[in-house]
Amino acid sequence: MPSEVNQNTQNMLSARQLFCERDDRVLFDSLDFDLAEGEVLQVQGGNGSGKTTLLRIICGLHDSFEGAISWYGDPIEKQRELFYSSLLYMGHRVGVNKILSPLENLRWSCSMHGSTTPTQIESALAQLGLRGYENSPCHMLSAGQQQRVSLARLLISPAKLWVLDEPFTTLDAHGVKDLENLLANHVDNGGSVLVTTHHKLNVSSGIHYLKLDDVGHD
Amino acid sequence: MTESETEIIMGERGISTFEAFRATLKRDLLVAFKGRNELLNPLMFFFIVVSLFPIGITPDREVLTEIAVGVLWVSALLASLLSLDNLYRSDYEDGSLELLLLSPHSLYFMTLAKILSHWLVSGLPLVLLSPLLGYMLALPTEAYWTMIVTLLLGTPILSLLGSIGVALTVSLGSRGLILAMIILPMSVPILIAGTLAVGSVMDGNPVGGHIAIMGAMLAVAASLAPLASAAALRISVN
Repeated sequence: MPSEVNQNTQNMLSARQLFCERDDRVLFDSLDFDLAEGEVLQVQGGNGSGKTTLLRIICGLHDSFEGAISWYGDPIEKQRELFYSSLLYMGHRVGVNKILSPLENLRWSCSMHGSTTPTQIESALAQLGLRGYENSPCHMLSAGQQQRVSLARLLISPAKLWVLDEPFTTLDAHGVKDLENLLANHVDNGGSVLVTTHHKLNVSSGIHYLKLDDVGHD
Repeated sequence: MTESETEIIMGERGISTFEAFRATLKRDLLVAFKGRNELLNPLMFFFIVVSLFPIGITPDREVLTEIAVGVLWVSALLASLLSLDNLYRSDYEDGSLELLLLSPHSLYFMTLAKILSHWLVSGLPLVLLSPLLGYMLALPTEAYWTMIVTLLLGTPILSLLGSIGVALTVSLGSRGLILAMIILPMSVPILIAGTLAVGSVMDGNPVGGHIAIMGAMLAVAASLAPLASAAALRISVN
């Protein structure tokens, strides 16, 4: 355990002494960070520095690591369901089924976190520039549009913590701006964001950086 | 009307596990019906394999009667194996599986929903088609009901066991035969119980015991297989 344990209850998510090794290569060692309500933590690092692995560890998708992760002060593994009901994760694979339409995809993925109405989904899609595509199968949409379908979850979900892995990759300039606005809104409403991106985030307040490059390589 | 009703009932945004179960079931059925080719594959396979036997062995009714049950069961097993990959693979590839794993609901019920949907689109049609194929194989009239009941109990077990195998292998690049090697040995008891039941009714013996054993197998599989699948899925996404 580290000597100074942060007792501040505002800390939504904290990680202590995280260690992860992959194929005999240390990705990170004694990694500590805190994320409070209304903050953005941008994870930075080169390709292969373990950004995605870190995000997956936080979400509980990857379990070969050492260290402690806590959610509002309590160990995360003791309150998975509570944590998951406040978590929205978007990975490299955006979670959009190619056969289903955006509307059908969102109806399912959002229903996991709470009840939604078709009107809510339609307005979220419209807000992300997908009006008119609600009912076309997703394999007809471009990669960027599929990403937008997945981003529509941000507008609908009540989750307080967003974990976004490279959310800007396939978006056009307009999409980048939309997403930045979404992030800013979320933070203003007391939500938190854990994000990996090479993009320079244009969010006014509460942005912190976590650099992975210098952690692992000794 | 119904939409606004649900909105009123669901004052708070949280939904029950049952609702999530229903949403997942509905989604998977929708995916299955929208990809119609995949839906018909196991059924066509079942039909073709069974109809090859009279051609390949002999059209002699007595011989066919003898092998009918075995042929039907083995073909059902292979057809179910053929359709299993749909269970989690596309979800794994497009990332929906991660969303499922990160849902606040018990993964047990979510996998159960997916398995139920898989059985409804691949197992149940086989059961419905089986009387026709039984007729083709000169199955004696008294054996029809037993065959339908045992298939009705047995095909869900095949989906349940298959789910464990697919969950274990979903992240492997080249699965090839490994899925069959995991699932087929586990399916042998069902094959034995199913063929024994139909065989004993053809010999004029009571079948209650065989059917009870299959029922018990189904109960055990339904309670344990989703648990094993859920654990296997967590390992697979690692």
